[in-house]
Amino acid sequence: MNALLLAADVNVAQNIGFYIIAAIMLYAAFSVVSTKNVVHAALWLVVVLGGVAAQYILAAAEFVAVSQVMVYIGAVMVLFLFGIMLTRASIGADTDVNNKDWKLGIPVGLVFFGVLVYTVVDAFEGTVIVEPSAAQIASSTTLISDGYLGDYLIPLIALSFVLLAAAVGAIVLARKD
Amino acid sequence: MNLMVASLLAVDPLLDTDKWWWKVLAIVAAKVLAIFVIGLIGTMLMVWFERKIVSGMQNRIGPNKAGPFGILQTLADGMKLFFKEDLLPDKADKWVFRVAPFLAFVPAFLLWSVIPLGGDFTDGKDGTVTWFGETTRVQLIDPPVGILIVLALSSIGVYGIMLAGWASGSKYPLLGSVRATAQMISYEAALGLSLGAVLLMSGTLSTSGIVGGQDGIGNWNIVATGFIPFVIFMIAMTAELSRPPFDLVEAEQELVGGFNTEYSSIRFGLFFLAEFMNVITMSAIIVTLFLGGPQPLTLGGVDMLGFAGPFGGTLWVILKTLAFLYTYVWFRATLPRLRYDQLMDFGWKLLIPAALGWFLVLAALQMTRDKYDGLGPVLLAAALGVAVLFVAYLLFNAALVVSKRNREREGVAY
Repeated sequence: MNALLLAADVNVAQNIGFYIIAAIMLYAAFSVVSTKNVVHAALWLVVVLGGVAAQYILAAAEFVAVSQVMVYIGAVMVLFLFGIMLTRASIGADTDVNNKDWKLGIPVGLVFFGVLVYTVVDAFEGTVIVEPSAAQIASSTTLISDGYLGDYLIPLIALSFVLLAAAVGAIVLARKD
Repeated sequence: MNLMVASLLAVDPLLDTDKWWWKVLAIVAAKVLAIFVIGLIGTMLMVWFERKIVSGMQNRIGPNKAGPFGILQTLADGMKLFFKEDLLPDKADKWVFRVAPFLAFVPAFLLWSVIPLGGDFTDGKDGTVTWFGETTRVQLIDPPVGILIVLALSSIGVYGIMLAGWASGSKYPLLGSVRATAQMISYEAALGLSLGAVLLMSGTLSTSGIVGGQDGIGNWNIVATGFIPFVIFMIAMTAELSRPPFDLVEAEQELVGGFNTEYSSIRFGLFFLAEFMNVITMSAIIVTLFLGGPQPLTLGGVDMLGFAGPFGGTLWVILKTLAFLYTYVWFRATLPRLRYDQLMDFGWKLLIPAALGWFLVLAALQMTRDKYDGLGPVLLAAALGVAVLFVAYLLFNAALVVSKRNREREGVAY
């Protein structure tokens, strides 16, 4: 650590909030994989995604937080639930939600977790994020839009083509005309 | 200043103070209470208003027993719902069944918090008022992303409708709720795209900023965005609210809606309340976005409600919202209901392309206005935009024709 973290730099309320939300998210995330009901699993996932939005608000990124709610909770999860309800919306516990090889997932999850932790620690170890000025916070939405419509325009267009391809593929798979 | 604190302070100028925190707390609590009470009473009056106007249009008398002109009818109905037996179907998913009404009801209430309900925005004033020596807004919160919160909350409201049908535990409510959800998420796209046109003109996401930019009727977004987004927004909003002529979600005569089948007592009451409250809040949002919210309508430079002084802005919001509420009731009494395939065709093949095309033309015009002086380039850009739109329309139409022919050949056309 080349930078010393002073006690005055730590916002206690923010930290407490972070850990409370993180605990709720962890519980919800475990419930996603442990519940026997597919719709309940989707609803627990909604809680996890809502927790992510709450963390964004704690980090003063309200535009990202609202986008998270709109895109993930408002669109992606609604489509998830929609798909579940159109296919297998049984009430009560499902007996066959667990694959018999589910234990194989544990090492994969652990490895993935390790890689993520390593990457984050390796990239940001000792970095102290500079406190933005009030003006920067007030125009954070402008900064984001300038970013993705300026410097990152090409990746954005590339991503939208990926999504377009996925949509076209889904239509081709789903219907013949 | 701390990161989190700074971002939260932008919500209300009231919070930007070091002293008198109890006074600030009292004002915020009073505002929350006022919004809660106004929301409930407004919804109660809205139900009465709707029944009275519809009965007038259908040559009936309507509610006339409880209170003067039957104005307390909704209160009586609500009390009845409170005391009715609360049924829980045997096969229901108990937990989700209990939560679903609140998922519909809470977002409807939260919508009130971002609507500017008053204040003076004329001549570039920022709409703040001074209460007991503190500067604040006639609005619960004014976050920098205000209007996106409206979209986020209306998409959370979908969960209530969807889960209510699923949790009822039989297939007919499920079918009803799937149909309702499909309608709501289809029209959300058109809603968002026409909202984009407003944001393009206003250049801000905060609701008070959007109102502040609409000084004078020529700057009202209904004029500035060229009327089309307003029409699209209004139609998409009607569909989003499942109001007639898009009320096939809960068409009492012919279909079972998601929550209409198994819900009873106050749980049904919450859905009912949420639905009517959404009509009021969404009307107020149209007023905020397109008609300047608390901005006055002037006649020869004079505010026509100038006599009301500091309450003028609030009076304007109420008047404009009432005009929309009347229009919604009028729709209900006069327009025939759409069929399901017509509804989907209308949303996906007409509203979304039209909103997208108009948005692109507006963006091109705005860009030209920023870059070049004079009327010439703007007219050229407009002509080019219309030409591109026309070509796009022809291509789109060709695609529709081909697709329809293929469907007919396979015998799957309806």
